[in-house]
Amino acid sequence: MATAAAPAAPLNIPAIKRQFRARLAEAEEQSRMGGGEARISKQHAKGKLTARERLNVLLDPCSFRELDALKTHRCTDFGMDKDHSYGEGVVTGRGTINGRPVYVFSQDFTVWGGSLGQAHAEKICKVMDQAMHNGAPVIGLNDSGGARIQEGVDSLAGYAEVFQRNVDASGLIPQLSLIMGPCAGGAVYSPALTDFIMMVRNSSYMFVTGPDVVKTVTQETVTQEALGGADTHCSVSGVAHVARDNDLAALKAARELFDFLPLSNREAVPVRSTCDTRERAIPALRRIIPQDPNIPYDMVEIVSKVLDDNNFYQIMPDYAKNIVVGFGRMEGRTVGVVANNPSSLAGCLDINSSTKGARFVRFCDSFNIPLLTFVDVPGFLPGTDQEYGGIIRHGAKLLYAYAEATVPKITVITRKAYGGAYDVMSSKHLRGDVNYSWPGGEIAVMGAKGAVEIIFRGKDVAAREAEYADLFCNPLNAAKRGFLDAVIDPASTRARLCEDLEALRNKQPLSFPKKHGNGPL
Amino acid sequence: MLRFTCGVSRLSSVRRQLCNSLLESSRGLAAAATKPPFDKILIANRGEIACRVIRTARKMGVKTVAVYSDIDDGALHVRMADEAVCIGPNQALKSYLNVDKVMGAIKQTGAQAVHPGYGFLSENMVFAGKCEEAGVAFIGPPSSAIQAMGDKLMSKKIASDAKVNTIPGYKGVIEDTDHAIKIAREIGYPVMMKASAGGGGKGMRIARNDADVSSGFMLSKQEAMNAFNDDRMLVEKYIDNGHHIEIQVVADGHGNVCAFPERECSVQRRNQKVLEESPSCLLTPETRKEMQRQAIALCKAVGYQSAGTVEFICADDQSFYFLEMNTRLQVEHPVTEFITGQDLVKEMLNVAAGRKLSEGLLKIGPHVPFKGHAIEARVYAEDPFRNFMPSTGPLIRYQEPHAAFIPDGDSPEESYKRPIRIDTGVDEGSAINMFYDPLISKLITYGADRRESLANMCMALDAYVVKGLGHNLSFLRDVCRNAEFASGHYSTNFIPKNYPKGFQGVQLTAPELTHLVTYAALIHKARTARDGSINGQISHNSPPDTSKLVVVLGGPKGTPYSVNFTSADTAEVEVDGKKTKVAVGNVDWPVESVLLQGTLDGEKEALQYFGGSSTGEGYEVAFMGTYQTVIVRTPHEQELSRHLLPPVVVDHSNTLRCPMPGAVISVAVKEGQTVEEGQQLAVVEAMKMQNVLKAEARAVVKSVKCKAGDVLKVDAVMMEFEKKE
Repeated sequence: MATAAAPAAPLNIPAIKRQFRARLAEAEEQSRMGGGEARISKQHAKGKLTARERLNVLLDPCSFRELDALKTHRCTDFGMDKDHSYGEGVVTGRGTINGRPVYVFSQDFTVWGGSLGQAHAEKICKVMDQAMHNGAPVIGLNDSGGARIQEGVDSLAGYAEVFQRNVDASGLIPQLSLIMGPCAGGAVYSPALTDFIMMVRNSSYMFVTGPDVVKTVTQETVTQEALGGADTHCSVSGVAHVARDNDLAALKAARELFDFLPLSNREAVPVRSTCDTRERAIPALRRIIPQDPNIPYDMVEIVSKVLDDNNFYQIMPDYAKNIVVGFGRMEGRTVGVVANNPSSLAGCLDINSSTKGARFVRFCDSFNIPLLTFVDVPGFLPGTDQEYGGIIRHGAKLLYAYAEATVPKITVITRKAYGGAYDVMSSKHLRGDVNYSWPGGEIAVMGAKGAVEIIFRGKDVAAREAEYADLFCNPLNAAKRGFLDAVIDPASTRARLCEDLEALRNKQPLSFPKKHGNGPL
Repeated sequence: MLRFTCGVSRLSSVRRQLCNSLLESSRGLAAAATKPPFDKILIANRGEIACRVIRTARKMGVKTVAVYSDIDDGALHVRMADEAVCIGPNQALKSYLNVDKVMGAIKQTGAQAVHPGYGFLSENMVFAGKCEEAGVAFIGPPSSAIQAMGDKLMSKKIASDAKVNTIPGYKGVIEDTDHAIKIAREIGYPVMMKASAGGGGKGMRIARNDADVSSGFMLSKQEAMNAFNDDRMLVEKYIDNGHHIEIQVVADGHGNVCAFPERECSVQRRNQKVLEESPSCLLTPETRKEMQRQAIALCKAVGYQSAGTVEFICADDQSFYFLEMNTRLQVEHPVTEFITGQDLVKEMLNVAAGRKLSEGLLKIGPHVPFKGHAIEARVYAEDPFRNFMPSTGPLIRYQEPHAAFIPDGDSPEESYKRPIRIDTGVDEGSAINMFYDPLISKLITYGADRRESLANMCMALDAYVVKGLGHNLSFLRDVCRNAEFASGHYSTNFIPKNYPKGFQGVQLTAPELTHLVTYAALIHKARTARDGSINGQISHNSPPDTSKLVVVLGGPKGTPYSVNFTSADTAEVEVDGKKTKVAVGNVDWPVESVLLQGTLDGEKEALQYFGGSSTGEGYEVAFMGTYQTVIVRTPHEQELSRHLLPPVVVDHSNTLRCPMPGAVISVAVKEGQTVEEGQQLAVVEAMKMQNVLKAEARAVVKSVKCKAGDVLKVDAVMMEFEKKE
């Protein structure tokens, strides 16, 4: 026991508190400023906004509530213990988009290049956990040089923790990734696990290995933009879904996409007011399909006309253009649209269009978004490229996705529905809830010429062809069998679909317990 | 639209209107009581003119038969007619121009008469003759008149015999330069020297003095020799700043001829009329009367019957000379109908049935009086930004501007007087195809005076939605904005003079730009409010502030206009430090609809909205003939936008690659040819689908690496190009 020691200066609690307040203010300021003015200027010079500026555009004004602004890392190697930065190179929290809640993280390239260490990962995991528990989507803004190498395996562990949560959250809450700077190496797999990836042209890149490694290994010379830029991933690889010209445009596009999505799989699709009416007849649809079945037309225009306000938000508009997928609204409620597009590759199904369609169908099914399918498909694309590439396996994905989906499924055959592709495109047999054809529908195993050559072994082809076409190149046979619920006036399509969607709002799907299916991944 | 909320005086006008419409319908009954001129007629035409004829026939109680080619199956004229007969494949020669097929359709349907419309068989003597033989009334002039007026030399001779002014000139063969000078002096300068065998401008020269004749005559003669193997030359009076003015006539078989007020058709591009109006600003009442008198004289001289048009060239000093007579109903006839209240097709039907011109017309004729002013604009599927190249394809969006002429409750007087007429053969979803004339419609507006009809035309053009193919609406709008055109004093030289480098697009003035940005901000406000209507919002949400917005024109780094809504009816627009106040009146825009109608600074205007841009921020809009993307930002976003880099301009590849594995069906261009953006290059068939490959930019074809029949792999090089500015 210490006795009679010289009394220390009396503890000046107010002074300590005062000092702390100053320190706190300093810490908060440091957290707010990220990597400091010089690095912010460098970020701006690249045409990029900072992590916080981006959140200000993405979220409603004054709605952002930050979490972990004062978090720091705990690494001591390589002198890192002397180099702290409050906030750890990622800004996290929640906010609102048009009043609806959303959880966000935004990597700050000005702090250690936005590199991901343990604490950085923990911050991301925290918002993801909260999002899952509270049933709100997560939007991640990615702008990171990669793993924080100083932290070694802790950094890798951090990535994996995020990956696990991406998978946990998949199908539970919508997850959006905006790639707004570099995203390389293992880091690419977190966005890859999310539902939608949006990229910014000329300032964002995604690749497993960058141009330098590519050069060393394969002697190929390629730029970052060509290897993993927005256009590459949105039109060639199919990795990303939406590309925009700059940060502002990308963030606004993300807001627009967000408005289509339910907050979680526990909720119905959002409803928004519209001036459009159910009764709006569309006589143009009676004549917009060319009389000659070999003349293409743009299915996007047909879909747009049917949807509310002519507004169709396409997902992957530049990839596998023979199928179009995207969101729209009917009487203010979100629907997912899948449609063959005859203006590209005759609208056939091939490897890329099948995987594009399948992923989208599964997203909609996960989140209670009814599916509208517009069919004009001449069949699967033949050829060695397709067979060697596994069209059987990949085509089966779309088939599996449609068969598995239990959301309301409404199908409209606008023209051709041939062969196995007819079955795949949300046919009655895959438990389509409502299946329509326009009067010009052609539903058959194959086109008249090919069919007649097989049936009649090439004899009297011309006459037989006319006979076959007369018999099968129309929707009557399918309607007689109940494979079509009705042959409808194209002008009434919107009204019919709106009514059906209302009738299907309380659809209770049959399902049997199982862990999960084994789709042909 | 009857609005019974309006006041007493308005009610009385409503009543007056009801009375008028009752009167009209009783008149209609009276007309129905008199026997229709025919039971059934066939219209040997397509498109707008077929629809136009059907409309009048129906009113008169006459049944109609349409004819159509394969591609026109289901076209508007086919849907409008009581019966329709397919007369063959798409090529006009095999269908609409095929006399036997048309005669067959007449026989098949038992039509008593045939209206040929314009073009196709309308001035075909053989057809008119065959109709006469078959005892089918040809709703047009007798074949003798078609023949007489169809021959340019003969028609001039008949005209000069009938004392109609003809262009002074020497009708004989000119021997040499001295002879030419002598004759030119007699006629009076300027003169036109042209090849007798003439055509296409070859061997044609204008001479303004003796020196021009001596230097040019032999050259022209030489050119004529080279071009036509015939060096005979004519010398004629040349009319500087000539006006193309024409007189509409109708005549019956009982000696009655009525002449209508003139149509001014001087706005022409490569001899194609662009805008027509009636009356002309040039003619004095005396000149008009004299022109009408001569037109009547000519009709009498050839025993003309039915509707026809006598064309004159007219100089600034009111002197005029006969050019030719068109023996058909003309494209621009609606302007005449609008200002005289007459129905020319009705007269044609009556005359063809051997009846007299209608009583009402005879009462006011032969010099038919008029009221007000009308303008017609020809809306073509021709893209003025691509050198007026015809454009084909479906009309993805097509909305006629009628809505802009249903006035709001403020003036019910106006609400029954639609100063607009649209003659068309298409509706939304129809396609303009390569086989026929690329006319989309004729837009005709009326006004008490020229200023009013022109203002109506501008409004109608602004509210006319045509999407899916290239069209000339912005060019028409630009002509209507042109000061020279607005003055009414212009000649056939108008387009070469005002568009020496082709059409460069409409240039909006500063006040117009101010209005455009104000509308853009108002659109953004309405959309933001709508966005806030979504369900699932949390409680501490406050609606965003849209009282201050920044509208950027010309791309993401373009010119910022700050728009500050200082009160419910005032916006303050600031650009480059200059502030302008805009009085915001009624703005009607059901959110996301294609047409916005608004009143800013007391001006009624229309703007078209096509939704959000798919590549960047902003909205696609059309305003006063311009098409642009307007970006709307909050002031905070605008502040941040200074960090954005300008968008990278994608370099269009200099090669055309095969987009899919398939067979080449046709190649539409040759090496060395200049192609315009959007021009068809080749057709490739894959999966039995024909895909048209089009040029992405204006360029010269450097090499063609494929031919019809080739089977190509995906990405195979089909053509190479050289850039052209």
